[in-house]
Amino acid sequence: MKRKNRRLLFVGLGLAALGLAAALILLAFDDNLVFFFSPTEVEGREFTAEQRLRIGGLVEEGSVVRDDDGLTVRFNITDLSTAVAVTYKGVLPDLFDEGQGVIAEGHMLSGGFVANEILAKHDENYMPREVADALKKSGQWQGTEGNVGEEAEE
Amino acid sequence: MAVKKKKAGIGIHFFANPARFLRFARKIFPWVTIIAIACIAAALVLGLAVVPADYRQGDAYRIIFVHVPSSWMALMIYVIIAVASAAGFIWRHPLADLVAKSSAPIGACFTLISLVTGSLWGQPMWGTWWVWDARITSMLVLFFLYLGYIALHSAYDDPTKGARAAAILALVGVVNIPIIKFSVDWWNTLHQPATISKFDRPSMDASMIAPLLLMVVGFIAFYLVVLIIRLRSEIAARRIRNLRLAQTGN
Repeated sequence: MKRKNRRLLFVGLGLAALGLAAALILLAFDDNLVFFFSPTEVEGREFTAEQRLRIGGLVEEGSVVRDDDGLTVRFNITDLSTAVAVTYKGVLPDLFDEGQGVIAEGHMLSGGFVANEILAKHDENYMPREVADALKKSGQWQGTEGNVGEEAEE
Repeated sequence: MAVKKKKAGIGIHFFANPARFLRFARKIFPWVTIIAIACIAAALVLGLAVVPADYRQGDAYRIIFVHVPSSWMALMIYVIIAVASAAGFIWRHPLADLVAKSSAPIGACFTLISLVTGSLWGQPMWGTWWVWDARITSMLVLFFLYLGYIALHSAYDDPTKGARAAAILALVGVVNIPIIKFSVDWWNTLHQPATISKFDRPSMDASMIAPLLLMVVGFIAFYLVVLIIRLRSEIAARRIRNLRLAQTGN
């Protein structure tokens, strides 16, 4: 075998072995690479008060209640089948809104989920306001946000 | 000899002759310079001033016109380095290793720009500067791969040895590229999934895509400009080294 071909074989086999190894590792890590759990995944499990976890989903429409101190917010995170009640005290990110994606990080206590940190999850859609309004008007709106009647959940 | 020269007409060995490459580079250099300046300027004006604000993010989304093209460049340049490294390692192509070596700092810069702009956008929008989600972490790994490649390349006194060691690192690191690309589809991440490079249709209004694509063209041209400049100096440095070796050898 020519040296050139031997090197080609070396690189080819090396990359194949490496790819396989990476795939196996990633498959094994699957659960730990998840950045957040959905409310349904959380429901069946037991969590201690010390355990930090993240719950991700949509802010349920109409569930956001602000306390009188102006800082504490209560709302439900839903994946449209299960909902988790969340309490949070602090500043909310710009993109936080009803019907929007959100990730809450904190602890599961007896009274519900107490979050230390709220992250807004942005979707991949970008459009000017006029386009968004026009889409809503024509009924072609596909996003979960916006208070258009068709999205009514239970 | 004559037969061999004819065969070298096309294919990867065409630019194996540095003099031929330099002639070609001199021809395209003014054009890529003009394209780079014109496209980046036009994209900045369109993206920052002309295009309407986003319906939810307002003006803050405009950072996408730098963030997304930089991220694409970071991935593209890494793939170029990996392919060039393979060509240099397997076929001992003399110019391929120089291309890989010269591309690395440019790719590292684009990766850094992508990380920094993403972080600046993440603070007001997500509510955090940094999270260890799969997309962001794998992008940070890419940055370290670039740094490792640059360091390894210059860690040897003998440049050909350094090139070989760095080539293997570049090829090993290529595993990270599909992980970065598909991280947002494989796992729950804070980072949003792909907007433009979707198979069905982009989830971005057509008016907003124009400056983004202009910026991509501008960045590619900019990459070529810097690459040509760096390659020229690398070729010159290699000539000087060979001359010195010839002198001391006699």
